[in-house]
Amino acid sequence: MAVDMDLEAVLRAPAIDMPPYPAKMITLANGKKMVVRQAAINDVPTLLKAVKPTIEIDRDYYDIVGARLYAELLGWYKHRVRNEYCLVGQVDGYLVGIVNGRMVDHDIGMSYHTLAIDRGLRVGSHLFASKMEYHIEYLKQKEVWIVAESPIGFRRWMIEYGLIKQDGVQHELGGAGSYKLTEKLYFDSKPRLVTGTRPVPDKELRIAMAEIKVADETAIREKICGVKGR
Amino acid sequence: MREVAIIGVGMIPFGRRDEDTLLDMLAEASMRALKDAGMEKKGVDAVYVANMGAGILQHQTSVASALVDRLSLMPAAADAVENGPASGASAIKNGVLAIASGYYDFVLVAGGEKMREVVGWKATDFVSTMTHPEVEYPYGVTLPGMAGMFTRLYMEKYGLTRDQLMDVAIKNQKMGALNPYAHVEMLITKEGIAESPDAVVNNPMAADPLHLYDMCPVSDGAAAVVLCPLELAQKATEKPPVVVAGFGQATDTHTLQERDDPTDLKAVTLAAEQAFTMAKMEPKDIDLAELHDAFTILEIAESEHAGFFKKGKGGIAVAKGETSLGGKLPINMSGGLKARGHPVGATGVAQVVDVVFQLRHELGDNRQVKNAKTGFTLNFGGFGNNVVAFVLRRAE
Repeated sequence: MAVDMDLEAVLRAPAIDMPPYPAKMITLANGKKMVVRQAAINDVPTLLKAVKPTIEIDRDYYDIVGARLYAELLGWYKHRVRNEYCLVGQVDGYLVGIVNGRMVDHDIGMSYHTLAIDRGLRVGSHLFASKMEYHIEYLKQKEVWIVAESPIGFRRWMIEYGLIKQDGVQHELGGAGSYKLTEKLYFDSKPRLVTGTRPVPDKELRIAMAEIKVADETAIREKICGVKGR
Repeated sequence: MREVAIIGVGMIPFGRRDEDTLLDMLAEASMRALKDAGMEKKGVDAVYVANMGAGILQHQTSVASALVDRLSLMPAAADAVENGPASGASAIKNGVLAIASGYYDFVLVAGGEKMREVVGWKATDFVSTMTHPEVEYPYGVTLPGMAGMFTRLYMEKYGLTRDQLMDVAIKNQKMGALNPYAHVEMLITKEGIAESPDAVVNNPMAADPLHLYDMCPVSDGAAAVVLCPLELAQKATEKPPVVVAGFGQATDTHTLQERDDPTDLKAVTLAAEQAFTMAKMEPKDIDLAELHDAFTILEIAESEHAGFFKKGKGGIAVAKGETSLGGKLPINMSGGLKARGHPVGATGVAQVVDVVFQLRHELGDNRQVKNAKTGFTLNFGGFGNNVVAFVLRRAE
């Protein structure tokens, strides 16, 4: 599709400069090493391949999370969402989870979605924690606004971090009750919820950066909603 | 009394079976067992169905009547057996008694539970309904909570270590990863669940000193066995029958605090002793065991109370590999409740099914105990207040 850059200049919102998220490595329960790193905008078409099958998975709200994440990533790719970022988790190069969010302004972060493709290894917990780490420690924001669209998310974010309910505050994702993570809550929770080591050893980082490998659609469905699904 | 044989077994993969009803699962496992016994077209005299919670979880009662109708086994007698997490073994025991007495010849025993229909805390609450309704449940005690307190006492009294508990978890998840029927097919490593700084997230504390990976999963699943008199077994099937050589059942106080020593699982000891006496065997005669490891501590404590190891030595045996494949007494080569899963009503039946697979030498080298001739199962109800044990042997 031809892009009219004159019109694009009007449609594209100006962005705030965002410092990068430095990659880290996390050892999972099975001993495998997950590299958490920032995805580039050019990675989006690959990420969409992984997200697309989840849109039709009616289990644990994967459908709504998948559909919204797909739209958010596409919005970022087409420059229709301002100050969006995406972090990915990779094991041996394979994508095992995605998180994304947005910088509203210098003080407030907007958490969007967390999607675990490999389940049962707390990949979602690690990636959500990485997202909070990015907002508070690297973007230096004072608070992050969060909603949960699934019971799992509610348990993992609202209960485990003790998030603060924000009555009357409208989160960008709409209807669900809006909560916030403050700097204090983050640093109080950090010892038990935020982990990972830096720098990532060269070999692991090289494999992760070389390519985001995506399992085929059948494998993704089986990982998420097979009989062995958690 | 007539000797009783197991001539058919069936099981469906445990896990999260959103697409199946409880009855679907029971029926599928039963049909597999009947087919295995070569009885698809023969009559079944009686059906016993083990189930703990359909009345609560599915708002469904009379499960045995429903299963008989689903399988078109009318006019077979049908009874549901509810004995908490020991329902499965209790149902088999009732089937064994019915045949041993000479009253019935062919009995189907099926056990099943559908627990993933509710969220996790509701499943935990459902299991907690077996605690004392006046002095335990109202105060919020859960089975993981009881197991945590029990573990702490056991550590203090016998020097049990967290490393030994982890050895149980790692062993059983390794075996589960090799078992197509297991809910959890994921290997875990000590680095991932304890040694790495990331383990604080991977394996959080659940009920001090027990962590997430010390717990069994909440599962859906079903298993079934077909029983008949040994004298009819050889005609019924070409597969080697497995004889129910002995069984035992014992009870203890409802609450833990009423026991002289809360670390003493008397019902386990008594049930095991009864089963060994009836079988005219001793613990040393057993080739493999399936124990009720709803929590890692239980595998160790049960292995000691059943007489396989001295008190305080069970954890050491695990650490030395004595309970692994190729060890002195392989325990939970199915993955146990820890990895195969724990659909409560199904578990006692599944333990027997897994031992039958072993005694018929039907498993691959990576799970088969070589030349296994005898097996032991222990199904643990409440927190050790109702325990059922079996000694099984391969018929020669």
